[in-house]
Amino acid sequence: MKRQALIASTALAAALAFAAPSHAQDEQVSACLITKTDINPFFVKMKEGATAKAEELGMELATYAGRVDGDHQTQVQAVETCIASGADGILITASDTKAIVDVVQTARDNGILVIALDTPLEPIDAADATFATDNFKAGELIGQWAAAQLGDEAANAKIAMLDLSPSQPSVDVLRNQGFLQGFGIDLNDENLIGDEEDERIVGNDVTSGNEEGGRRAMENLLQVDPEINVVYTINEPAAAGAYETLRSFGRQDEVIVVSVDGGCPGVQNVQEGIIGATSQQYPLEMAALGIEAIANFARTGETPEPSPGLDFYDTGVQLVTDTPVEGLESISVEEGLELCWG
Amino acid sequence: MTSSVDTAPAARGAQAYEESLEQSDRSLAEFEARHQSALDRIQHFLHGYPTMVPVIVLLVSVLAFGIVAGDRFFSAFNLSLIMQQVSIIGILAAAQSLVILTAGIDLSVAAIMVLMSVIMGNLAVSMGVPTPIALLVGFAGGTAAGALNGLLVTRLKLPPFITTLGTWNIFFALNLWLSGAQSIRSQDIDEQAPILKIFGENFGMFGAQFSYGSVLMVLIFAALWYLLNRTAWGRHVYAVGDDKEAAELAGIRTNRTLVSVYALAGLVCALGAWASIGRVGSVSPQSFYEGNLQSITAVVIGGISLFGGRGSIMGPLIGALIVGVFQSGLRLVGVDVLWQVFAIGWLIIIAVAIDQWIRKVSA
Repeated sequence: MKRQALIASTALAAALAFAAPSHAQDEQVSACLITKTDINPFFVKMKEGATAKAEELGMELATYAGRVDGDHQTQVQAVETCIASGADGILITASDTKAIVDVVQTARDNGILVIALDTPLEPIDAADATFATDNFKAGELIGQWAAAQLGDEAANAKIAMLDLSPSQPSVDVLRNQGFLQGFGIDLNDENLIGDEEDERIVGNDVTSGNEEGGRRAMENLLQVDPEINVVYTINEPAAAGAYETLRSFGRQDEVIVVSVDGGCPGVQNVQEGIIGATSQQYPLEMAALGIEAIANFARTGETPEPSPGLDFYDTGVQLVTDTPVEGLESISVEEGLELCWG
Repeated sequence: MTSSVDTAPAARGAQAYEESLEQSDRSLAEFEARHQSALDRIQHFLHGYPTMVPVIVLLVSVLAFGIVAGDRFFSAFNLSLIMQQVSIIGILAAAQSLVILTAGIDLSVAAIMVLMSVIMGNLAVSMGVPTPIALLVGFAGGTAAGALNGLLVTRLKLPPFITTLGTWNIFFALNLWLSGAQSIRSQDIDEQAPILKIFGENFGMFGAQFSYGSVLMVLIFAALWYLLNRTAWGRHVYAVGDDKEAAELAGIRTNRTLVSVYALAGLVCALGAWASIGRVGSVSPQSFYEGNLQSITAVVIGGISLFGGRGSIMGPLIGALIVGVFQSGLRLVGVDVLWQVFAIGWLIIIAVAIDQWIRKVSA
């Protein structure tokens, strides 16, 4: 405890020392970006976007990151430092979406605009605004695409669902249910994975969002039904793992694999036909929009509005594929590679 | 053990003691024999052959799932698929067993493996180093990482749990740093360094599909069985695990044995790294995050005592297969993933409970 207090007060002193001159100059807007880690390419891209935008608008930007995903304490200290330095706004991808709420409230009480990036806080209105990917729509796009690829055969599809984890975090549920809705399957409870009764779903399995899990889950589901011809995957590493299984079963050419993320290795896999289509999200845009919102807030006092019909601001998602289908907007792999992260 | 000076009076005392007890002792034995139930006999049998517990569990579960899930489960193909699925955790369990036999524990096995796969992949694919050299660097790295654990345990006298909790974090951080949390794609490996994926290749036999990775797993267990049961080193490992101080008094250089155990475990992890690239298809820094716990699960279900010095190295191989059989069987019956996790949890507890029950025979 003592050491923590010492660190906090040192940070406070340091922050005040830095903050003082910046206020002496004519009111430069300052912002903080706090990410889960600074290793994951997704967050690296976020930092890039925020830095570039802040430079463009002549803002001061301080960035912080936890050591690993789940490192809540470092994020709390970062918010405290931002409060002490008199920042105008904070962009945060929270590691612990519930526990961070108290210190976020303190920041807001100090007149700081807090925007949750990518990951909504719980409750979502604990932040002034949330800028995130519409994960349900991301799933819906690949669901619609897969159904259109099959045409009339969609009625006889055999679908494997490769999810994230047994705890069904919100991103897992949204992408899964979005896909099924897009494919034209009755969802039952849209907050629950696996309660659908449609015969076309062969089964669900979890992948932990990595290659090993994708491979194992695909093996398991092919054992349940070797005639699977549509594979939904939570993200591109899981898709790459699933493809390894399909290849070892000699089925890689008869199966449609779809995914979500839009990371560079994933888009490359779309290019090589390993993944049929992927929904791309935009961490760079997310952060840039967040910085703009902070600049606007400092100037006018306006807080950003959520997208119509949603409780967060949708930072956009696009379908990446080289076999576009009619009536479904998509971008080419070439464009996807320009926009990809990582 | 005993000197001639005190054996004489002790022997005389014991003789007198035995004399007075001889009659009652004998009747006690008869009493037991009369009332020995089938359960008691099983208990005695299992005490003599502890590895039979996991073997029986494996056979029974294969039969049970074969009846419930039918041909989809009980086919040569599916059974060989289970072998493929458990191969990496099996190899980690082999490394883990070595350490647990010395009454230690190694939480860093999976982290060493993933770190070495990233090093091999970076060298061979990204930097264009010849694959054999990349592999050798990986093997040396794994051995060094294991030796580091061993040195911390013996020189700084840190408990193995704490030591490897620390190095687990360290190796994991290094892994993320070197890889940038980004996978090396399967297709890039095919192009630059296909040898890295050799253990993912399959060969067919009687309708089964065996991967070279699962063969490697079996060979590693066989090699360790030989080392542990047919060499002086192996006897030293068991002795150190059973009672380190007694082993030291008997003239075993226990610290040296311990460091060699951790280093060998590290080398086995590096072999696992090579196999994992073939199994997963890509070099995946995010995979096997819970591999350490899964390896401990296999070891425990395989009947190796966490207190050291007891258990057969073949147990964890069976233990890993049991976990694989349960996962596959429950999956094919249509049980939700959640309940698969639930079942494995009970399996661990039951395995340890049976182990304790068997030991009561000697108590």
